[in-house]
Amino acid sequence: MPGSNPRLAKFLDSYGIVLVVVVMMLVLAAIKPEIFLKADNLTNILKQNASLALLALGMFVVIVTAGIDLSVGSTMGLAMVALAIASRAGVPWPLVLLVGPAIGLIVGWVNGIGLTWLRLPHPFIMTLGTLNIARGLTYLITNGAPVSGLQPEVRYLGQAYYGLGLAPPAGLPASLILVAICAIGLWFFLNKTSMGRHIFAIGGNPQAARVSGINVDKVLVIVYMICGCFAGLSGLLLAGRTDSGFPNAGIGVELDAIAAVIIGGASFFGGRGTVLGVLAGVLIMGILRNGLNINNVSAFWQQILIGMVIIIAVYIDVLRRQAATRH
Amino acid sequence: MAGGEAAQVASPLLEARGISKYFGAITALTDVNFHVAHGEVLGVVGDNGAGKSTLMKILSGLFAPSEGQLFFEGRPVTFSGPKQARELGIEMVYQDFALAGNMAIYENIYLGREPGKKFGPLTLIDHAEAKRMAAEHLERLHIAVKSVEQNTEDLSGGQRQAVAIARATAFQAKLVIMDEPTAALAIKEVGKVLDLIKSLKHHGVAVIIISHRMDDIFYCCDRVMALYQGTNFAEAPLDATHRNEVIGWIMGTKGHTEALAHDRLQ
Repeated sequence: MPGSNPRLAKFLDSYGIVLVVVVMMLVLAAIKPEIFLKADNLTNILKQNASLALLALGMFVVIVTAGIDLSVGSTMGLAMVALAIASRAGVPWPLVLLVGPAIGLIVGWVNGIGLTWLRLPHPFIMTLGTLNIARGLTYLITNGAPVSGLQPEVRYLGQAYYGLGLAPPAGLPASLILVAICAIGLWFFLNKTSMGRHIFAIGGNPQAARVSGINVDKVLVIVYMICGCFAGLSGLLLAGRTDSGFPNAGIGVELDAIAAVIIGGASFFGGRGTVLGVLAGVLIMGILRNGLNINNVSAFWQQILIGMVIIIAVYIDVLRRQAATRH
Repeated sequence: MAGGEAAQVASPLLEARGISKYFGAITALTDVNFHVAHGEVLGVVGDNGAGKSTLMKILSGLFAPSEGQLFFEGRPVTFSGPKQARELGIEMVYQDFALAGNMAIYENIYLGREPGKKFGPLTLIDHAEAKRMAAEHLERLHIAVKSVEQNTEDLSGGQRQAVAIARATAFQAKLVIMDEPTAALAIKEVGKVLDLIKSLKHHGVAVIIISHRMDDIFYCCDRVMALYQGTNFAEAPLDATHRNEVIGWIMGTKGHTEALAHDRLQ
């Protein structure tokens, strides 16, 4: 089948996942129309998953290079408490907004340097290290206590929404707009610029990239910095939504981000995946949780189901690869 | 550039004088001397460990020679990396093709040299232009593919090799170095790739082929050179030698005759 019509095969390969989201929404709309379809429920899904979406977008860039970044949850936590402390200390809000992304860039740079200069065997190792270091720093600077009371401007992106004539708290969340801008920007970068294509080439065959004159190490450092930057931004959203920086924030979310990327059709072996797929992966996880919630399924079952979805999603990836090599 | 024209005719495209390469205590190459003329196809043969790949890595800029000097179009050149060699028009085709299977044919051809608007280190790729250029270039080389948008992982070995050769010649290459160009191919595809190599000559491109396969060498080369234990052992125009003599060179003997051929029972 694949190859008979390369354009159709490519399209389904890249965008079939969006159909899954649509089907899930239709099913939930059929089961619980009075709750699921309500504007405030839909708003809630988008708001709750905005920071995961940013983490997943960053993680996607790393996974395209066949890498992994385990430190994004800790980076998000560190960014969150650091910007909360800065906000409380009366730092002007435009600077506070920059604290999160800046911390993310620094952690990402450290990850990239560890990977390329120290030649650690796998990004798993380096980012497992920075996962612990960033989390330790988070506890150290807060003494383990949450920091609350942020400037309203700092909270804006995470909290604001535009009513559009809907009854509060429904509306178009500002965080969704930020996610959309980031997603479109990332799509443009990955598909239309030379460095974006080099990132895909590195994921497909690093040797091919190297002999084509691409500075693979430099690109990898930038990739981990992009991922860190997105993690820092997601910290800004979460801090805004919760009006605090709590040192336990983001524990384990790196695994949610990885799951969303993989469910969204990106290959763990690198070189494959789309921005749209990643957003679909985030929505699949978000809608699944929401759907189970509104049907009163316990949180424990939710976790079991998400685990099964991850396995099925990767199994589909395996089948797809087999079909591609078999002809 | 009247003088330049004359100099070009007089001097070979690439010349190596007294090239040696040491890795610590190990000597990979000692005093290698050879040249390739414009548009010439030179076959390089040698046993495993004779120094073929080391020599090719020096020519393509991956290694710097420990001693000796390379001359390109009569001028001494020193490469700090493959990029510099490529800028002069020296390209390498790798045994495993070195293609990104997850990317389209046209993207592989222009990988690292994408056409488009430059913004500092970033190029805003003109995909339409890249596809057009790739299709034109493939047609010039008589390479048939369904579409330049096909991923290279969906191609046969011969087609992949053809794409790798197309990439090597996409930017006015003057010399293409090929490492075992037929080793990874199905038998039925070997002929096509060899014909493609021959056709490069008609585009004015010089080729160095490293190969174990006498058939390849005798099919498309103008001249053959043998490396033996890190030095250039013997060489001859193709019409002045024969298979058994070349096989003898590979094993370090000169004047190998039919009677001494290794594959004959005495």
